Amino acid sequence: MSNAIVKKSLLSIAIAGAMGASVLAQADVVIGVAGPHTGAYAAFGEQLWRGAEQAAKDINAAGGINGEMIKLVKADDACEPKQAVAVANRLVDSDDAVGVVGHFCSSSTMPASDIYEEAGVLMVTPASTNPRVTDRGLSNVFRVCGRDDQQGDVAGAYIISELNAKRVAIIHDKDTYGKGLADATKSALNNYGVTEVLYEGLTRGEKDFNALVTKIRSVDAEVVYFGGLHSEAGPLVRQLREQGSKAIFISGDGIVSNEFAAVAGSPEYIDGVLMTFGANPKSYPAGKAVVDNFIKSGYDPEGYTLYSYAAMQVVVEALKNNDLDPIKGADWLKTNSVSTVMGVKDFDSKGDLKVSDYVMYEWDNQGNYAQVN
Amino acid sequence: MDIVLQQLVNGLTLGSVYGLIAIGYTMVYGIIGMINFAHGDVYMVSAYITAIVVALLSFFGIESFPIIIIGTLFITIAITGAYGWAIEQIAYRPLRNSGRLSALISAIGMSLILQNYVQISQGARQQGIPTMLTGAVRFDVGDGFVQITYMKLVILLVAFLGMGTLTYIIQRTKLGRMCRATQQDRKMASILGINTDRVISIVFVIGASMAALAGVLITLDYGAFDFYVGFIIGIKAFTAAVLGGIGSLPGAMLGGIILGVSESLFAGLISSDYKDVFSFSLLVIILIFRPSGLLGKPEVEKV
Repeated sequence: MSNAIVKKSLLSIAIAGAMGASVLAQADVVIGVAGPHTGAYAAFGEQLWRGAEQAAKDINAAGGINGEMIKLVKADDACEPKQAVAVANRLVDSDDAVGVVGHFCSSSTMPASDIYEEAGVLMVTPASTNPRVTDRGLSNVFRVCGRDDQQGDVAGAYIISELNAKRVAIIHDKDTYGKGLADATKSALNNYGVTEVLYEGLTRGEKDFNALVTKIRSVDAEVVYFGGLHSEAGPLVRQLREQGSKAIFISGDGIVSNEFAAVAGSPEYIDGVLMTFGANPKSYPAGKAVVDNFIKSGYDPEGYTLYSYAAMQVVVEALKNNDLDPIKGADWLKTNSVSTVMGVKDFDSKGDLKVSDYVMYEWDNQGNYAQVN
Repeated sequence: MDIVLQQLVNGLTLGSVYGLIAIGYTMVYGIIGMINFAHGDVYMVSAYITAIVVALLSFFGIESFPIIIIGTLFITIAITGAYGWAIEQIAYRPLRNSGRLSALISAIGMSLILQNYVQISQGARQQGIPTMLTGAVRFDVGDGFVQITYMKLVILLVAFLGMGTLTYIIQRTKLGRMCRATQQDRKMASILGINTDRVISIVFVIGASMAALAGVLITLDYGAFDFYVGFIIGIKAFTAAVLGGIGSLPGAMLGGIILGVSESLFAGLISSDYKDVFSFSLLVIILIFRPSGLLGKPEVEKV
């Protein structure tokens, strides 16, 4: 019995070795770009893909990784945890990916990251901000964005000191990201001694939030904080205005999309909406050439595009300096800094950025956002 | 007090839309005894057609809201009706004499086809159309107020007009008599000279038209939609149809309104996290005491 197992495992090691050899023979480094390429959140998937694709192109043009070319594989999780697990398995099993840029939604990133750890694949997410993405102690998980607790602190401080608001309603979309962000803001507010007047969830995918809006009105909220994505934030803010509420609407980095105004029906509804997001990714001197390149090709690198570009650079640097070994690369990242389009990035032992840079942005009545000074 | 009134208004508008879509489920079930799971996606298709028609109309320089809504309603209902007809021809007619299960699977397949067809042809992104009708009426109630947008009033008006017209057609016209006869006994009806295949086609067209009515109204109101938007609202409308008694036309409308109002009141007065739990519990409780729904007739086994 035990003999058989030994034989089997020897066989599987041999097979694995042979497969590994074949990967090396291909002289391609396969990197997965995982995110919602279809579905209601496909706009974010497009940002991820555009950034990663451009980064891979630029790196390949400059000679690739130690002479080997990057081959990107698009992995579509549609922001569904179940599908995320399926595509993660596909990436490690049949595509033999050594690195992954992604995923987008924290609820997808977490289950997928377990699979990558098991397979020894390096994962750098450009966008998953839930604290538990890195707090679970996985060795292979990194992110080039901030954490929701940092984001919540910024939002909480702004509500207290800039807006002087006492009556805050907190709404979330019951998803890992949205609820995590709402909870982070809630605890930041509670630390300032402000208790929220309302704390409720809405259902992702619905469009009618009138009942909730009426409830927000009934508690006389001065500020509505929403943890979630633009596809729900749009109808929510519109219905608030339609029912005559003038409460200030604040959300996080989940609404950073040029579609936000369209989903709300008209840019005038999102006039004055506030959101926390990393300091303008387009403003780093290191990324100027890349930004210009994007704009020349007719694409505005909005939202997470440059984050995705930077995530690809992090994966590539880690592989380049460690003979394409993702496990060694993950250890290397924890002690070395990487220069990216968004400046030099340092990671702590958990895989979080050592410095986060959340600031407050405001949308105007034309559907654009700018940093609040 | 103002809050309860506002929630009632919210619930009525939501419920009337549920009711419109529920009509499609209930009529199809009544006439061929199958659940048309592609119906929610027919609604979704109508949302896209609405957006396209609105864009075309404004391209031709038509700005007045009454013309836009009437034009959009007519064109969208016509095209969506054609979809309903085609779906029946392609997916259900060939399976007319096989078991219910085959038709059900075919319906699920049709639903997937519609979603993916729209996703591929229109893109997976969230779509939005600009606000057409702004403004609201405001009533002061006590020290609060109830605010109803003009669009919500249009929804209520058009939805109830639609339901009223359909009730008239079914109860008073020759076509309605043919539908009811086919529903009661398809074989007997066909022996008496009714072209039951045509009646079934017409029922699918009616169901799709009602879904299109809802699609136009909701799309003009909320402005945002994507290829997946038919799923949740389809499930809700199906619940409404079962609640009211599947197969019964007034039941579907009543079920829709009960579901919409109870959902709004529960979300508004207790918790919006558990509003869906509440609506489905309500369904379970009603089905325990009235297994065939509020206005449904118990099924009699014909010997």
